[in-house]
Amino acid sequence: MKSAVVVFPGLNRDRDMIAALTKIGGKAPAVVWHQETELPDVDLIVIPGGFSYGDYLRCGAIAARSPMMDIIRERADKGVKVLGVCNGFQILTEAGLLPGALMRNASLKFVCREVELEIANANTPFSNQYSDGQVIRCPVAHHDGNFFTDTETLASIEGNGQVIFRYTPETNPNGSINNIAGITNARGNVLGMMPHPENLIEPEHGGTDGRGIFAGLLA
Amino acid sequence: MTLRNDIEITPELVASHGLKPDEYQKILDLIGREPTYTELGIFSAMWNEHCSYKSSKKWLRTLPTKGPRVIQGPGENAGVVDIGDGQAVVFKMESHNHPSFIEPYQGAATGVGGILRDVFTMGARPIAAMNALRFGEPDHEKTRHLVSGVVAGVGGYGNSFGVPTVGGEVQFDARYNGNILVNAFAAGLADTDKIFLSEAKGVGLPVVYLGAKTGRDGVGGATMASAEFGDDIEEKRPTVQVGDPFTEKRLLEACLELMATGAVIAIQDMGAAGLTCSAVEMGAKGDLGIELNLDAVPVREERMTPYEMMLSESQERMLMVLHPEKEAQARAVFEKWELDFATVGKTTDDLRFRVLFQGEEVANLPIKELGDEAPEYDRPWVEPTIPAPLDQTALEPKDIAAALLALLGSANNSSRRWVYEQYDTLIQGNSLQTPGGDSGVVRVEGHPTKALAFSSDVNPRYCEADPFEGGKQAVAECWRNLIATGAEPLAATDNLNFGNPERPEIMGQIVFAIKGIGEACSALDFPIVSGNVSLYNETNGRGILPTPTIAGVGLIPDYAKMARNRFVADGEAIVLVGAPDGWGTHLGQSAYLRDVIGRREGTAPHVDLDHEKTVGHFVLSLIRGGQVTSVHDLSDGGLALGLAEMAIKGNIGAVIGTPPSEAIAAFFGEDQGRYLVTLPASEVEAVLANAPVSAIRIGTTGGDGLKLGTTDPISIKELRDAYEGWFPAFMGATIN
Repeated sequence: MKSAVVVFPGLNRDRDMIAALTKIGGKAPAVVWHQETELPDVDLIVIPGGFSYGDYLRCGAIAARSPMMDIIRERADKGVKVLGVCNGFQILTEAGLLPGALMRNASLKFVCREVELEIANANTPFSNQYSDGQVIRCPVAHHDGNFFTDTETLASIEGNGQVIFRYTPETNPNGSINNIAGITNARGNVLGMMPHPENLIEPEHGGTDGRGIFAGLLA
Repeated sequence: MTLRNDIEITPELVASHGLKPDEYQKILDLIGREPTYTELGIFSAMWNEHCSYKSSKKWLRTLPTKGPRVIQGPGENAGVVDIGDGQAVVFKMESHNHPSFIEPYQGAATGVGGILRDVFTMGARPIAAMNALRFGEPDHEKTRHLVSGVVAGVGGYGNSFGVPTVGGEVQFDARYNGNILVNAFAAGLADTDKIFLSEAKGVGLPVVYLGAKTGRDGVGGATMASAEFGDDIEEKRPTVQVGDPFTEKRLLEACLELMATGAVIAIQDMGAAGLTCSAVEMGAKGDLGIELNLDAVPVREERMTPYEMMLSESQERMLMVLHPEKEAQARAVFEKWELDFATVGKTTDDLRFRVLFQGEEVANLPIKELGDEAPEYDRPWVEPTIPAPLDQTALEPKDIAAALLALLGSANNSSRRWVYEQYDTLIQGNSLQTPGGDSGVVRVEGHPTKALAFSSDVNPRYCEADPFEGGKQAVAECWRNLIATGAEPLAATDNLNFGNPERPEIMGQIVFAIKGIGEACSALDFPIVSGNVSLYNETNGRGILPTPTIAGVGLIPDYAKMARNRFVADGEAIVLVGAPDGWGTHLGQSAYLRDVIGRREGTAPHVDLDHEKTVGHFVLSLIRGGQVTSVHDLSDGGLALGLAEMAIKGNIGAVIGTPPSEAIAAFFGEDQGRYLVTLPASEVEAVLANAPVSAIRIGTTGGDGLKLGTTDPISIKELRDAYEGWFPAFMGATIN
């Protein structure tokens, strides 16, 4: 299983993501700078978290319109798996690879804390190490994680099993609709999630609940 | 020599630059002519208190700054301390008080940006940040606005830059009503053989400008920061800079990439007094002159004058001296990161600081006198008056449980969760202890067992009552907090915040606090390797509480044996280490006195440094030997608050026996040099048999409540509600 981490300027959880993929997959991912014109032949493309272009327009909006995203879109269309975490999720929604939008947190404040995630669909390559209904711990760290879509889209992603991770109602940190924390596209090969499983993969992190996401993808 | 000057230098203009008549006379004597307007600006920038330390230098020199692990002491952008294996920790703390009061979000944000830049300028990748914040009384009309803005600004910059905030302090006191304190700390990791300094070397080499463009923001900021506030404060907002963490993140990556190429001879970030200060420091330290051509400076506004360019405090800028043959390679790195790169001058051998603009010389000054030979004062001072001891026998009796709940739910002793959840505490994936512990702890990436601990401390109440003991206590408490996680304290940085040094009683506070800090640092082998002085923290003639913040760094060789401040199991023995027979005795200037019964009286607690050291080393040996299951230092709020915190964090209660002396002093006294530890009950006798200091078993963990002596138990839920409730209620409250 080969993976690549795509880095836009201003992303800052790239090192965390590279460490997680390396520690769990046993080999380092390719690291691709956004200005490169080719992407290596990989099975998994990861867009990590951070503040691409400072989040100065809308979170992820500038990165979403870069030539690199066209390359990622082509790969996704061919079925390559794509994982976007935090700013990566925001970039994927801005690029139209995933439905919905991520609005400012209901508290209007940045929030960094541990939450609980319920596995809403364990039948995906991103979640198959868990079981349906299982509750795992996972940290969040974002200012704009309040997922929202119109009613029709919501019904469709809920109906298609595209909601993969949900905050438990008591721990929803941002007011997202239906407590949604992570979704896939209709085909199921592109996943975006706000929480940071890469920061909960070792006993030193205080737990290993986040490993399953990578273990499944890198198996 | 005459230089063209279009703006008349009047006494009013000189005064508005913060220069006293005798200082202006010094300028005239030094250069033998009237300075140009640009030169006046340069002198004002270099000779203000913020950049020159002119009032404090004499006393700062007395601090211990050397040690076997110290690679670089004060005088550079940050201190550097060896942590073994060819690596060093690079750190410093710096204030951004005045800007944060005027414009809290940007003031705090650029404070964080400035300190991060100081650290990566040395070649280190930032791995941890802390913030010591002090606000006015909670009910003051500006406090909520300032808290909200400062916390958002700290988070806004640090989160986007990508450094975990692992510790800090937030305190409230009416004495900060008109002058809050924002002290930002950052630490980074570097290889010991790849530390970069600001001293320029070699004549005729390119001086290169890197990073963001220069605008008019912050013009005169350092001079503003060296003045007292009056009622015209709102007019000073244009002197506050605006932060751009996105550019700073790119600047970090570009600088580290550039340093790896071997192109950098000297580097200095543009902080206070921007281009002026960075260029002068590089030249003066290297005994070289510098010639700058302002036509080459990247600007983002039209028609900027030399004066504005020289005094701009636009953020995210660097100045470097580069190897000429590697200039093209360096340019490519900066173009990759889409940052400005411009050769703006060269080093010379004439020890002059020359500034050219549109073909004319607008400044030509002796560089050494501007920089490291700036004026210095021995300001008059008076010895602080120590208040009378508190008559503890006259204190009215109070229910211990009620007092503890009041303390937990008070502005200064409640949980800071509302604050630190707005900071990214986990980024980089190395955080082992985040805010709420005795110290923040991050592991050293790439090493299997090592970690670094960070703590920031000072008790301004103690410093006000007794600057000498308060200075000692700040160092001792920081040292103690590091020990409490299992770290060997390595070194510290000091951020000295005081009022107007031209008043002898304030100067006395400075002198005695520094004496106390020096004595404690010497006794505890805890050298000061970097620091910052912030004076003139006054509004309308009323000074802040003297606040010499101490931020320390400790090394944990094996984080598997790190200690935490929470109860871990039922039925364990709770042992009070280093305490007097009565457990606690000293209530003068205590949190109990201030926050429960509303008085501030008495003397500060005395710090016996020999005792502190013996207790600390004993506790460290217990942690390293794996003999204790949890550790907490005791400070503000004394034994009762310490026990409550361990119970809340561990979600395990405790039953504490009846103290052998008066209960209020025993539970709330703030005697120094004390720790709480827990260990399996069966091992108490063996472990403590050879204790070199007092080690008293005071109780046992377990249950869902905390029972202190003869009082009714308080449930953990009740403790937690009080502890966690204050801050959200305060910030959520609406003002009608």
